[in-house]
Amino acid sequence: MPKPVYSKKPNKDVFPRLMKMLFEFYPKLVPITIVCIIFSSVASSIPDMYIQKVIKIIVEALESGWDWSKASEQILPMMMFLIVLYLISTVAITVYSQMMAVITQGFLNKMRQAMFKKMQNLPVRYFDTHKHGDIMSYYTNDIDALRQLISQGLPTLLRAGTVVIAVFFIMMYYSFWLTLLTILGVIAMMLVSKSMGGGSAKYFIRQQKSLGNAEGYIQETMNGQKVVKVFNHEKTCQEEFDEINEQLFQDSYRANAYANTLGPIVMNIGNILYVLVAVIGGVLVLNHVKNYSFSGAVLDVSIVVAFLNMTKQFTGNVNQVAQQINAVVMALAGAERIFNMMDEEPETDEGYVKLVNAEISADGQVKETKKHTGHWAWKHPHKAEGTVTYTPLQGDVRMVDVDFAYEEGKTVLHDVSVYAKPGQKIAFVGATGAGKTTITNLINRFYDIADGKIRYDGININKIRKSDLRRSLGLVLQETNLFTGTVMDNIRYGKLDATDEECITAARLAGADDFITRLPDGYQTELTGNGANLSQGQRQLIAIARAAVADPPVMILDEATSSIDTRTEAIVSAGMDKLMHGRTVFVIAHRLSTVRNSDLIMVLDHGKVIEKGSHDELIAQKGHYYQLYTGAFELE
Amino acid sequence: MHILKRLLACLREYKSTTILTMVFMLGEAVLETFLPFLTANLVNQIQSQAAINDVLRTGILLTIMAIFSMMCGGTAGFTASKAATGLSKNLRHDMFERVQTYSFENIDKFSSSSLVTRMTTDITNLQMAFMMMIRMGLRSPLMFIFSVVMAFIMGGKLAMAFVVVIPVLFVGLLLIGKNAMPAFRRVFKKYDKLNESIEENVRAMRVVKGFSREEYEKKKFDTAAEDIRKDFTRAEQIIALNTPLMQICMYFDMVFILLVGSKMAIIDHSVDIGQISAMITYGVQILMSLMFLSMIYVMVTMSAESAKRIYEVLEEEPTLENPEQALELVSDGSVDFENVSFKYSAQAQKFALADINLHIDSGQTIGIIGGTGSSKSTLVQLIPRLYDVTEGSVKVGGVDVRNYDLEVLRDSVAMVLQKNVLFSGSIKDNLKWGNPEATDEEIQEACRLAQADEFIQTFPDGYDTHIEQGGTNVSGGQKQRLCIARALLKKPKILILDDSTSAVDTKTDALIRQGFKEFIPETTKIIIAQRIASVQEADQIIVLDNGSVSAIGTHEKLLRTNQIYREVYEQQTNGGEK
Repeated sequence: MPKPVYSKKPNKDVFPRLMKMLFEFYPKLVPITIVCIIFSSVASSIPDMYIQKVIKIIVEALESGWDWSKASEQILPMMMFLIVLYLISTVAITVYSQMMAVITQGFLNKMRQAMFKKMQNLPVRYFDTHKHGDIMSYYTNDIDALRQLISQGLPTLLRAGTVVIAVFFIMMYYSFWLTLLTILGVIAMMLVSKSMGGGSAKYFIRQQKSLGNAEGYIQETMNGQKVVKVFNHEKTCQEEFDEINEQLFQDSYRANAYANTLGPIVMNIGNILYVLVAVIGGVLVLNHVKNYSFSGAVLDVSIVVAFLNMTKQFTGNVNQVAQQINAVVMALAGAERIFNMMDEEPETDEGYVKLVNAEISADGQVKETKKHTGHWAWKHPHKAEGTVTYTPLQGDVRMVDVDFAYEEGKTVLHDVSVYAKPGQKIAFVGATGAGKTTITNLINRFYDIADGKIRYDGININKIRKSDLRRSLGLVLQETNLFTGTVMDNIRYGKLDATDEECITAARLAGADDFITRLPDGYQTELTGNGANLSQGQRQLIAIARAAVADPPVMILDEATSSIDTRTEAIVSAGMDKLMHGRTVFVIAHRLSTVRNSDLIMVLDHGKVIEKGSHDELIAQKGHYYQLYTGAFELE
Repeated sequence: MHILKRLLACLREYKSTTILTMVFMLGEAVLETFLPFLTANLVNQIQSQAAINDVLRTGILLTIMAIFSMMCGGTAGFTASKAATGLSKNLRHDMFERVQTYSFENIDKFSSSSLVTRMTTDITNLQMAFMMMIRMGLRSPLMFIFSVVMAFIMGGKLAMAFVVVIPVLFVGLLLIGKNAMPAFRRVFKKYDKLNESIEENVRAMRVVKGFSREEYEKKKFDTAAEDIRKDFTRAEQIIALNTPLMQICMYFDMVFILLVGSKMAIIDHSVDIGQISAMITYGVQILMSLMFLSMIYVMVTMSAESAKRIYEVLEEEPTLENPEQALELVSDGSVDFENVSFKYSAQAQKFALADINLHIDSGQTIGIIGGTGSSKSTLVQLIPRLYDVTEGSVKVGGVDVRNYDLEVLRDSVAMVLQKNVLFSGSIKDNLKWGNPEATDEEIQEACRLAQADEFIQTFPDGYDTHIEQGGTNVSGGQKQRLCIARALLKKPKILILDDSTSAVDTKTDALIRQGFKEFIPETTKIIIAQRIASVQEADQIIVLDNGSVSAIGTHEKLLRTNQIYREVYEQQTNGGEK
C-alpha cells in the first residue's frame, strides 16, 4: 500500500486536536488507561533496584558467613514486596491492554462514522475536484496509521518514556559515573540511527516512486491484456516490464537493506555498552574509585550487576521511542488529511419550501395530508405574513438567463434560457463540453448558478429544501453506478418503501424485466463491483428502472441509453413515454435518434443555445442540427 | 505446503543469498547467547577481585564478540533485503510472464483489477513475511534453544524456573494465536467490505444525492461500522492478552531465580552471583524469542492468503494451446463456420452461440447486426481464436483455426476490439503495435485510410503527440480511428471491426468504408455495427438474434424478408430526411 510520507511536517494543532477528541470520547477510560500504563512501567523498573539489593545481601552473607535463616530475614520481606508489586503491575497491564483495544476501536469507529457523515454532507463539487483514490485513502491508509498510533505508538511512547525516566533516576541513585557512560552509549546509538535513517529515507522515497511506476504499468497492461494478445505483443510487454521490475528491485532492496542493517547495529551498540558498563564498572570497583550518587552508596559488584540490566532496559526503551517517532509522524500526517476533509465547507441548505403529500379537491383546493395520495404539493411558508401557501407539484421548470462557471473566469453556460412545460420532453444536443450536463447539475442544485433564475413550479429553487427538490427529480446518469446488493435492492433504491410489485413494474417500464428474469437468480441476483457481471447496457436499464420506481414528476436522462442498442432503446423509450405522460423529461443524448421525438431540442455550443426547435423545425432550418443529423460533424 | 514450495522455487539466483542470510543469522544468534555467559564470568571476576588484566581480557573478548555479532546481524539484514526483494522481483516477473500466456478465458476468470492486486499488494505482503521468516524465523527458535541450553548448563537447578514457565507461555501464546487469527481474518474481510461500500458511495455520490439518500446511507454505514467495531475490539482484546501473559511469566522467573538463587548461594554455595545475573538475562531472552515466534506465526499465517492468490496466477493453465505442428501460413481471407456452438464456461446452461453455419469469401465485406446480448462479439472473437469453439469448427483460408500457429493466425486476422485501449506513449508508438518495423510512410498511409491522419496533423506534435494512460486525451471518435489504423498496419487478410466506429460521425464512417473498398479490396472486412448505415453496402449482412443467425443477405433482401432488420432500420430512419 503506498504511503506518501516524509514530505511535509504535520501541522502543530493536529496532535492536541486528536488528544482532545480522544479524551472527549472516553473521558474515564483514557485517564484510567494512562494511569495503568505509567504505574506498570514504573513497577517494571523497580525490580532492578531489588535485584541489586538482593545480590548485595548475598554478597554480604557470603562474606560474613550468615546462614540462610539470617539472610532470609532480609530477603523474604523484599521478595514479598516484589511479588505484591508484580501482582498489581500484572493487573494494571491486563487492564490497560484490554482497554486499549476498546479505546482504539471505539475511537476509530467514531472517527469513521464522523468522516462518513461529513462526506455525505459535502457538496458534489468536492467529489468532482478530489480524486476518488485520495478520498478512499483517508478511510484506509490514514485510518490504519491512526490505528497504529493509538494502539501502539502512544502507549509505547508513554511506557518507554516512563521507563527511561524511571531507570534514569534509579541509575543516578546508584552511580553518576555509570549513568554518564550509559548516556554516552545512547547518544552514539542515536547518531548512528540518524545518519543511517537519512539514507534509508532517500531510498524509501525512490522505492515509492518505482513502486508507483510498476503499479501503473501493471494496471495499464492488465487492463489492455486483450489488446496485447490480439497484437501478439506479449514479448515486448514482458521486456518493458522486466526493466521497470528491475528498477523497483534495485530501489526497494537498498531501502530495505538500510532499514534492516540499522537494527542489528543499534542493538549491538547496546551490547558493547553492556560490556563497557561491566568492564568499566569492574575497574572502578577494583580500584575503589570514589562513587558519586544520590544514595551515596559505595560502588560494589551488586551495583554493577544491577546496572547491567538497567543499561539494557534503558537502551531498549530509548530505541523503542526512536522507532515510534516515524510512525507518529506518519499518523499525524494522516490525521491532518482526515481533519482537512472534516473541516471542508458542507453543502448548505437554506431551503424552507417542502414537498408534502396533498389532497386536491375537485375545485382545485390543495390540502396537506399525511397519507400517500399520489399527489404532491410544495408547502411554502411566508414568514412576513405568517401564512402558508400550497402549490401543486407539476414539473414546470424555467431557466432564465442563467450564467455558470465551475471555476471563476471560465464561463461554462452563458445566458441560457429554457422553458419546460409540464408534459414536455426537452432535449439537449451538443459537443462534449458544450454544457449539456451542466444544465442538469444546476436544476438539481449539485451546483448553484452564478447569475439568472431557475424556477420550479414558479418557486425559486434556492427556496426549496434540497432533499425535497432532488426527490422530485428522477436522475439517470451516463455513468451508471449500482450498489452491492440484489437487483431488487438496487431498483428499490429509488423508493425505499416500494413493494416488490412496484419494483417489477418499474423494471418492465424500463425494458429491464426481460433480461433480469433471465439472470440466474432473477431479481434476487447479487450484484457486486458496480454490477461487474452485467453489460453496460443492462446496467443502464437497471438505473432507468431505479429512477422509474421513484415515479418523479421530472426526469433527467443524461446519456441514459447510450449503451443500449437502438431496438431495445425503442422499447425503453416507449415505456418511459408511458410513465412520464404529462410530466417533464430532460434528455441529453449523443445519438440523435434518441432525441428526435422531443418537443423541443436545444442545440448547445460553448455554453450558449445556438438553435432550438422541434426536430422538423431544426431540419428545415438547415443549420447546425441539420449538419449533425446528416453526419457532417462528429459529436465529440 | 506445496504452495510454499512452488513460490520458493522462484528464489533462483537469490537462493545463495537466502542461505547466506540464514548462516549469518545463525552466527548472530550463537554470539548473542554467549554474551551473557561471558558477562557472568566478568561479573564473577569483578566480584572475586580478580586481577585487572583478567577483567580486561574478558572485556575485550566480549567487545570483539559484540562487534562480530554486529557484523553478522548487519550482513544478514543486508542479504535478507536482497533475497526478499529479489524473490518478489522474480515472482512479479513470473506472474507477468504467466499472464502473457493466458487466453481470453483465463483473463475473464481473474478480472484485471484482481490481477493488479495480486501483482502488487499480495507480493508486498509476501515479501514482508519472507524477510521476517528468514531473519527472525531462524533467529528466534535458535535463540530460544541456545538460551534454554545455556540456562541449563549454567544455571543448574535454577533453570527449573523455565521448565514451568516455557510450557505455560508456549501453550498460552498458541491458544491466543489460534483464537485471534480467525477473529482477525473475519474482521479484515468485513473491513474490506466496508471500504468497498465507502468506495461505492464516493463513486456514486451523484446517485446518493440525486435520490436524497444521504441519511439512509449514513444509517447503513453506522450499522456496518458498529458491527466492525465490536468484532475488531474482540479480536484485539484476545491478542492483547499476550502482554500480561508475557509479563507474568517474566515476573515469575525473576522471583524464582532471586529467591531460589539466593538460598542456594547462601546455603551450599551451589550458585554464584554471576550465574544469578546470567539467568535473569537468559530468562528475558527466552521469553522474548517465544514472543517473536508467536509474532512470526501470526504474520506467516496472515500472508498465507496472499501466497495462495499468487500461486493461483502462477498455476493457472492457459486454456488455449499452440498446436504442435502448426501451419505458418494463412492462404487467404475466407472464413467458414461449420455447425459452431459456443458457451463461455462448461457450467453455463445456455449456449452463447448455437449451431452457426456461415461462409465468407476472401475479400468480401460482411456486416453484422443484432441487439444487446445477441453474441455479435462472441461470433467474431472465434475467428482469431480468442476463444475456442465448444462444438463445430471455425476455418480461415479453409483450415481449422486450431491448426495455425497462434501468432501467425492473429497477425493475419486483425481485430479492433469493442473495449479498446491505447497505451501511454506517443501516437506513433501506439500505431507501431501493429507493425514494429512500419516506416513513417506506411504509418501515415494506414492513418489516411482510417481517416486519422487529418486530425493527427492538427496536433502540435503530430505523430509524436503523447497519449495518456487509457487514451484519455483524445476523443472517443479519434481513439477509435487510431485503433483502426493500428490494426490496418498489420496488413491483415481479415479485418474485424467490433462496433469500432460508433463514436465516429456518419460522414467519416462512410469515408473509412470507401477507403477499405478502394485500397484493401483483397482483405476480408467484417463489420459489427449499431448503425444500419455502416453495414448497408456490405456484400452480406448477418442478422444475429439471441445467439443464432436470424438471416443472411443483402440490405435490400433483408429489408424485404427479415423483420428484425426492418424494425431496426425503421427505428433509425423514422422521421429522418435521409
